[in-house]
Amino acid sequence: METLIFIPAVLFFLLIMPPLMLGLIAKTKAFVSGRRGPPVFQPLHDILKLLGKGAVYSETSGWIFRLGPVISLSAVLMAASLVPLFGAPLISFNGDAILFIYLLALGRFVTILAALDTGSSFEGMGASREAAFSSYAEPALILIFASLAIHSGSLSLNRMFSSGQRVFPAASVLLAGSGLLIVLLAENSRIPIDDPNTHLELTMIHEVMVLDHSGPDFAFILYGAQLKLMLMGVLWIRLLSPSWAANPFFLTLSLCGLAIFIGAIESSMARLRLIRVPQLLIAAVCLAAFGLILAVR
Amino acid sequence: MSSLSRFASIRNGESLKTSQIPEIPISDFRSDILKMISSGKRLCALILNGKEKKPAGLLSVLADDAEGKLYLNSSEPVSSYPALTPDLPQAHLFEREIYENSGIVPEGHPWLKPVRRKPADEVVFFKEEGEEIHEVAVGPIHAGIIEPGHFRFQCHGETIHHLEIQLGYQHRGVEELLRKADRFSLSIAESICGDSAIAHGWAHCRALEALQRISPTLKAEVLRAILLETERLANHIGDLGAVSGDIGYLPASAYFGRLRGDFLNILMLISGNRYGKGFLELGGAAFDIPPQMRSQVIETLQRAKRHLNEIGEMFFGEPSVISRLEETGVISQKVCADLGLVGVAARASGKNLDVRQDHPYGFFRFRYIPTVKLTTGDVFARAMIRFLESQRSLDFLSAVLDSLPEGDLTVPRGKILEERLSVSLIEGWRGEICHIAISDAKGKLSRYKVIDPSFHNWMAVAMSVRQGEISDFPLCNKSFNLSYAGHDL
Repeated sequence: METLIFIPAVLFFLLIMPPLMLGLIAKTKAFVSGRRGPPVFQPLHDILKLLGKGAVYSETSGWIFRLGPVISLSAVLMAASLVPLFGAPLISFNGDAILFIYLLALGRFVTILAALDTGSSFEGMGASREAAFSSYAEPALILIFASLAIHSGSLSLNRMFSSGQRVFPAASVLLAGSGLLIVLLAENSRIPIDDPNTHLELTMIHEVMVLDHSGPDFAFILYGAQLKLMLMGVLWIRLLSPSWAANPFFLTLSLCGLAIFIGAIESSMARLRLIRVPQLLIAAVCLAAFGLILAVR
Repeated sequence: MSSLSRFASIRNGESLKTSQIPEIPISDFRSDILKMISSGKRLCALILNGKEKKPAGLLSVLADDAEGKLYLNSSEPVSSYPALTPDLPQAHLFEREIYENSGIVPEGHPWLKPVRRKPADEVVFFKEEGEEIHEVAVGPIHAGIIEPGHFRFQCHGETIHHLEIQLGYQHRGVEELLRKADRFSLSIAESICGDSAIAHGWAHCRALEALQRISPTLKAEVLRAILLETERLANHIGDLGAVSGDIGYLPASAYFGRLRGDFLNILMLISGNRYGKGFLELGGAAFDIPPQMRSQVIETLQRAKRHLNEIGEMFFGEPSVISRLEETGVISQKVCADLGLVGVAARASGKNLDVRQDHPYGFFRFRYIPTVKLTTGDVFARAMIRFLESQRSLDFLSAVLDSLPEGDLTVPRGKILEERLSVSLIEGWRGEICHIAISDAKGKLSRYKVIDPSFHNWMAVAMSVRQGEISDFPLCNKSFNLSYAGHDL
């Protein structure tokens, strides 16, 4: 009986929460700018609207371009099933942390392939940036997971990020948490790394790769990106306060808080110059590496 | 100096008989110009001195900014001549224009391409070859709501090696329309470049007023200056907002954007529309600022001044903004001088060039607005100049609005005098706007030439991004914010 409620609840949460977080970020940014901003459910509405539209395909693109959004969304959905939301994750086994990292990489890989498939110089540029920057962000994530694995003695996300059995040293949590926050902002193309709102193709990193997608394909991409933001957010919150995060109500509340926090970051500073982005990501790698040193000490 | 004797000299906004302009052989014409430039003059205009056909003579207007004088000379008709560009890079676009319009060949011009009458897919672009070189083409259709223009980048990874800009999509034949000098002329002049309606409108009025030898009343001159500075404020502040938007600094973008609205609303209050169109009239101004409206405007300005300072402090005090703007898109003082840049771009690269100060016109002859000069030539300098100039313009407006003179709005119009030439320079918010009008023996205009500051400055956009990051291009471009329509005419 409990699973009968639990699984639909998780699915509902996965469906509603990611767009809501995006809506809250936009609302926060609008509030700081002295505007009213779009309704918080606008991102959800946009996705539903796009699902009802037809897609346009360029003559120069092939099947990889059509497959890209589907695979990248499935990869993120599979990753979602490994993350402990409230209670245990849908699927959990020893080593799923590594699968999680690979699934995120798979999603990125097919997005890059689809971008290259269009043959557009813009998308090629975006693909090269995404590949370059994620080669900094990925090691940071791996190092953070490694230090958590050592602390918890397990390679399963559920045990690494779960309550109860562990008391991490505060310094380790602080280092891993700051590193993870930078990775979170970078992976989800937020300011100061990327500007999700800009219309200037030449400055974009992630957005420019998906310029040619339309209709349901684009809806998949948007939702996939939002879901990824939420998953990273859940991991971040669980890292900082594992004991309370199992509570659905608290998790929802703190995810909303995180969205407002990201909105506040985006409102308080300008974007980094593109050549400075690797420096910030290397800082994340260093933070994670120091966390790991503390863990093996 | 001997070459001076082969030039006619006037002041900004004056006219002279066309017969007074010496017509000399092309080799002397060429060497005289080079001599004058080497003694510190600047090329305002190099144009055809007659109909658009071959052979025709050339006419040059050189500005002596220290003395506040303009020097003119002209050449005998030619069908080809040794180009000035190799010795005088600031002539490059003028010579391309002459070649495109008349077929007169400037021999030895390094890049003799059409300026505006051919679409980008029919012209040849500079191309780099190599395994790791890639080409990025942007436009003419852009993602934002901006004008059409084509940009061709030659890149090595993220580094731009070369940028070529091909414009002309907005070519409307403005000069030919203005030559007719009918009742629509002023409206057309106001539409040369929609964000500089007052500046271009005023330049047009003065060019014709000089040919008619009438001068507006003090009252009209004051009103014109008020509108021009309000236009400058609206655009400078709008540009600061656009720069904030491009670097993703949202609060400043929103606040500057709102503040721009305040100034547009002042224009609306005075002239009935947000760009001040229809305010100017040949021989004066169409609308007065009555006392009640004046107090309303003063109140808005006081509030705007307070807000401008607060937002400016926030924007220029934010470290992430400064680090993004500094050392991005640098135009060195040498490049600035070589290309003959004008306006905000020149003042950001250490060249203290301002028509209001160097060739004062209208009310600026009586009341001086201090100019601002910075030397770094980067995006930061161009943004800072806009901010500081906005403060100066606000001070000017508050002082002038306190005591508006009495008098008539317009003076009676005259007839265009025969065979005269007038030059009218105005400091628009982008920089020097130049209108040249020439009348024939029947008192009709035989030629009307418009030179928007963008015509001088577009090359600077290409130079500012060279060896820079391609992701910095939009920001560099925005820091100049040049006009496509003003260039294309």
